Amino acid sequence: MVQISLRNEADEARQSAGLASIAADLSSDQRAFKNVSWGKAMMWIFLLSDTFVFSCFLISYMTARMSTTVPWPNPSEVFALEIGGTSFPLLLIAIMTFVLISSSGTMAMAVNYGYRRDRITTAALMLATAVLGAAFVGMQAFEWTKLIHEGVRPWENPWGAAQFGSSFFMITGFHGTHVTFGVIFLIAIARKVLRGDFDTGRRGFFTSRKGNYEAVEIMGLYWHFVDLVWVFIFAFFYLW
Amino acid sequence: MVDVPLGVAGVPPAEVEDVELYHPKSWVTHYVFSQDAKIIAVQYSVTALSIGLVALMLSWLMRLQLAFPGALSFIDADAYYQLITMHGMMMVVYVLTALFLGGFGNYLIPLMLGARDMVFPYANMLSFWFYLLAVVVLFASFAVPGGPTGAGWTLYPPQSITAGTPGLAWGIVMMLVSLMIFIVGFTMGGLNYVVTVLQGRTRGMTLMRMPLTVWGIFTASVMALLAFPALFVGAVMMLFDRLLGTSFFMPEIIEQGARLPYGGGSPILFQHLFWFFGHPEVYIVALPAFGIVSDLISVHARRNIFGYRMMVWAIVAIGALSFVVWAHHMYVSGMNPYFGFFFATTTLIIAIPTAIKVYNWVLTLWRGDIHLTTPMLFALAFIVTFVNGGLTGLFLGNVVVDVPLSDTMFVVAHFHMVMGVAPILVIFGAIYHWYPKVTGRLLSVPLGQFHFWVTFLGAYLIFFPMHYLGLMGVPRRYYEMGETAIYPPSAHDLNIFITVMALLVGAAQLAFVFNLIWSLRHGRGAGGNPWRACSLEWQTSATPPPHGNFGKELPIVYRWAYDYNVPGAPEDFIPQNQPPLAGEIASRAP
Repeated sequence: MVQISLRNEADEARQSAGLASIAADLSSDQRAFKNVSWGKAMMWIFLLSDTFVFSCFLISYMTARMSTTVPWPNPSEVFALEIGGTSFPLLLIAIMTFVLISSSGTMAMAVNYGYRRDRITTAALMLATAVLGAAFVGMQAFEWTKLIHEGVRPWENPWGAAQFGSSFFMITGFHGTHVTFGVIFLIAIARKVLRGDFDTGRRGFFTSRKGNYEAVEIMGLYWHFVDLVWVFIFAFFYLW
Repeated sequence: MVDVPLGVAGVPPAEVEDVELYHPKSWVTHYVFSQDAKIIAVQYSVTALSIGLVALMLSWLMRLQLAFPGALSFIDADAYYQLITMHGMMMVVYVLTALFLGGFGNYLIPLMLGARDMVFPYANMLSFWFYLLAVVVLFASFAVPGGPTGAGWTLYPPQSITAGTPGLAWGIVMMLVSLMIFIVGFTMGGLNYVVTVLQGRTRGMTLMRMPLTVWGIFTASVMALLAFPALFVGAVMMLFDRLLGTSFFMPEIIEQGARLPYGGGSPILFQHLFWFFGHPEVYIVALPAFGIVSDLISVHARRNIFGYRMMVWAIVAIGALSFVVWAHHMYVSGMNPYFGFFFATTTLIIAIPTAIKVYNWVLTLWRGDIHLTTPMLFALAFIVTFVNGGLTGLFLGNVVVDVPLSDTMFVVAHFHMVMGVAPILVIFGAIYHWYPKVTGRLLSVPLGQFHFWVTFLGAYLIFFPMHYLGLMGVPRRYYEMGETAIYPPSAHDLNIFITVMALLVGAAQLAFVFNLIWSLRHGRGAGGNPWRACSLEWQTSATPPPHGNFGKELPIVYRWAYDYNVPGAPEDFIPQNQPPLAGEIASRAP
């Protein structure tokens, strides 16, 4: 039989900080990212790919906005909310952004409680995140309804370049779809947590494989990503 | 030679406990909705090869029309454009991408890395079924009113979604939806391939001990995950332009005196999105071919690959560079001419890592013990063909040479040589090489030799004259040359010659199909390692490999995959899982 011992050089290099440790990990066997599970690695790489999707959407929108010869509608006026006769620019968007960023906070707490095996608190925090996410999508639906009533369509709008409506519905729609999927998965994983699937080793309905509490963290990665994307959409679409 | 010192007593302990496999309970979950990467690989390969045969027949029809205009009454200009579009899209996306990544990737990555399976077998299964759904939607467009789209495989707007282009009603919508489904399916598969390579290797398998096949497929998968999003976004936007009346890509257009309800969009934006996908796509097809051909040459020349590290870095460098060259497809598009300078420079820089690879293949062969087996013949043919296609690439990469050659048959000849014929030769070689592992039987050698010589020589007889046609100025995408005086009669005669050769080469593929089916039952038994190769897929406990790939214990890797003809070794190859031999350290200290 083969004698197995630890390779000391690699261990030492790993303890050393900085680039040397990265090089040591990458040149080691089995795993390029030590202590990163398969699921977590997959989510990170998926998010990288998804970043390219949103980048392409945003760059296309910016190209359209910069190259159009028709004036672009003023976002401060278009996205203003009138309360008691006063027009508040970007009020609804500010609330939506606040809600979504807050949901990242509850998500982060859920991850923490998940690793403490506190099932009730974890599930409650995940459901709170889902409620905040659903509220965001609800406000987005309200925003869409308002704009549609004012005559904004994907192919035209009363104020200027037609690409305003096209880009707006496409980009916020695509982001809203991401949030909606996130809410669905939050509820599904919260249910698993509450039922104790990750303690009893109950197998998934589709995959017939066991899960663990890391699912909460992987869910969290996705959720934070969706929030981060919103920050960019907020900056490039509403503030520009 | 090998980066990790051999025999420094060892190999680190397992970091992840052995996975618990999903054990199928019925025939359906075993062979149809299978979660085993090996079955999924065969599903992918058979589907892709079948589409390849269909796309081949579409090219026959195109060639018949070009050589004998009007002889086939059902081919009018519209039908010709539909043939050209479907042939191109099928071959590039649904055959080559699916076959290299879905087929070879699924089969070889887990086996070559000493893994039980892909890391997410369920997503892997979904990947194939999404792919199949995309294929069904694509083929359904033959049956819809108006037929498939005739926009050309690049689908350039505005013509792809304005009247006059066939398939405006349904075809273009089906094409875009099919591409989107394909991308979703590929993402699930691609995440599997990448994570398996990064995190799912066996003990002792460092990144720099991986066979180059895995390096090629891995880099291509990463590229695909970053390039397909651009196509996805382009498809979504064009779908909106077509269905919702938005104007992302549509400028103001006057059609027969009437103004279309579009305006303010940028057709060049689509070209940028498309080629940000489209150029990496060339290397998504080429890099797995590079990797596989390196392994074929090394095994069949019984010699270690020359400059393994440089080969790896060349693959990575080509992958990275291919993201900054896309606009060399757009020199005549009307973009800012200054871009041409930048993109011509980056394009020509790619020649450096590519040339490194070609030199290393040739140096691997130098003084090697070359066995002219069928896979080796295809591998050698690849090198020659790839150099040919690469050299015409230098013509097209330079702006001033490209402008007169744009949209001529020269371009068609170039990309068919470099990303059509060359990767397909590798696919054939790879199938002759790994078929014994998949089925346990060798393919017939006489049939294989016949297939090789007809395909190899025939491909040259088809595509060499095409360069000449292109230099004469014969345009691509014209469904007939007509009675134009500027083309001499020799151009028409050459067209007939090319068509006859295309029919012959196409027909010769039947020998390959027959070989695949016949050898399944009647082929010579292969044993576990018929080519006496080092890499792990040949060291499985049984052939074909069982569920879980390896026996009770996963193999432990002690060396790279290229220990051929090591002086002092008892045999002319040392498998990767062979512990250090006595005296090996002294003689082969790195």
